[in-house]
Amino acid sequence: MANDPIHQFQISKWIPIEVGGLDFSFTNSAGFMVATVVATGAFLFVTSSSRGLVPSRLQSISEIAYEFVASMLRDSAGSQGMRFFPFVFALFMFILIANLFGMFPYFFTVTSHLIVTVALAMAVFLIVVIYGFWKNGFGFLKLFVPSGVPVVLLPLVVAIEVISFLARPISLSVRLFANMLAGHITLKVFAGFIVSLSSLGFVGVVGSVLPLAMTVGLTALEFLVAFLQAYVFAMLTCMYINDAIHPGGH
Amino acid sequence: MFVTPAFAASEQTTHGETHTETGVADDGHGSGLFPPFDSSNYPSQLLWLAITFGLFYLFLKRMVLPRIGGTLEFRRDRIAQDLDQAAHMKEEADAAVAAYEQELAEARAKANEIAQAARDEAKSQADAERSEVERELDKKLADAETRIASIKEKAMKQVGSIAEDTAETIVKKLVGGRIAKSEIAAAVKAAAA
Repeated sequence: MANDPIHQFQISKWIPIEVGGLDFSFTNSAGFMVATVVATGAFLFVTSSSRGLVPSRLQSISEIAYEFVASMLRDSAGSQGMRFFPFVFALFMFILIANLFGMFPYFFTVTSHLIVTVALAMAVFLIVVIYGFWKNGFGFLKLFVPSGVPVVLLPLVVAIEVISFLARPISLSVRLFANMLAGHITLKVFAGFIVSLSSLGFVGVVGSVLPLAMTVGLTALEFLVAFLQAYVFAMLTCMYINDAIHPGGH
Repeated sequence: MFVTPAFAASEQTTHGETHTETGVADDGHGSGLFPPFDSSNYPSQLLWLAITFGLFYLFLKRMVLPRIGGTLEFRRDRIAQDLDQAAHMKEEADAAVAAYEQELAEARAKANEIAQAARDEAKSQADAERSEVERELDKKLADAETRIASIKEKAMKQVGSIAEDTAETIVKKLVGGRIAKSEIAAAVKAAAA
């Protein structure tokens, strides 16, 4: 069981709750969602409480995160996009901290479950669609009609644009999910090699240095991926929000 | 939600494979499905994600972000204000330097003027004094010359009588006779001529 790379993704019920035949149990996944949210919220709340004119170190961490997301959103969606700043910031921080929490041994990785990333991606998708139609009316459909395309090609291009638009939530959710899943499985598999090799005697112990080095390298890579995937998710969200605000402008 | 049904469908088809792959290791866990594709835990995850992320969003939007944004804005304003003040002070300093330099230039010009005036005055005074002294000296010189001329004239007048007396005495001594005074006077006059 210890070497099973899938084991880390098991959902275990901490507090069973069932309503109307559906299982709403408070699971380890829910527990780590709460931990992510509470830790992040508490950190941001506490570090921003001093409101120092000259920021302390921790204060500047939350301010850097704020500026990072704000400039990302402003650069891709303009100042009109700033109304979605709390959403994008919450999304970025939630995914980033959930990914980083997953790097602790024996911790559950919330974002390694497809349903979670799908829910987040659908939230982005629905916000873009609803806000796009609410703000632009049917002008939002200009998104699917790039300017300067010959009339003959238009049906084909529109079909491609519509399909690529509908594929966005899938690619957005699967990218994050698959990255986290594959990274954690790879890490577990290589770490498992160390244990199995070590049990083979002296040669095995010497040989297990290779998977150990690999595990160390992969751990560093996974920290990078944890940040990068949160960044990519937030960045694409910003670009999709830009489509909702300026449907004709790409 | 158009993705979920699609995944539900794909999950049905992959059910068998995942089960056989992970079935051995999954003993003792409720279902033998690959956990991320096990739809039995979807409702729970969706509910708790909605609760936690929703509260997180509201907390950030209401409490944290206005605070950080306010701090950043306050700092930006403060920096802009300080820069303004610094620019203002620099302007004042520049103005003060300009005024000082102007005053300095004025003072220098005034000093030159005063010095020039003093020099001119001293020069004219010296000139006046010298010309007066010269005039006085000229006068003295002229006086002295006239006196010398008069003395010379007087002396020259007496030369004739002295010569007559001397000639009379000499003749008396040499010749021992008497010579008429008028003869001697005529001889002296002829010699002087």
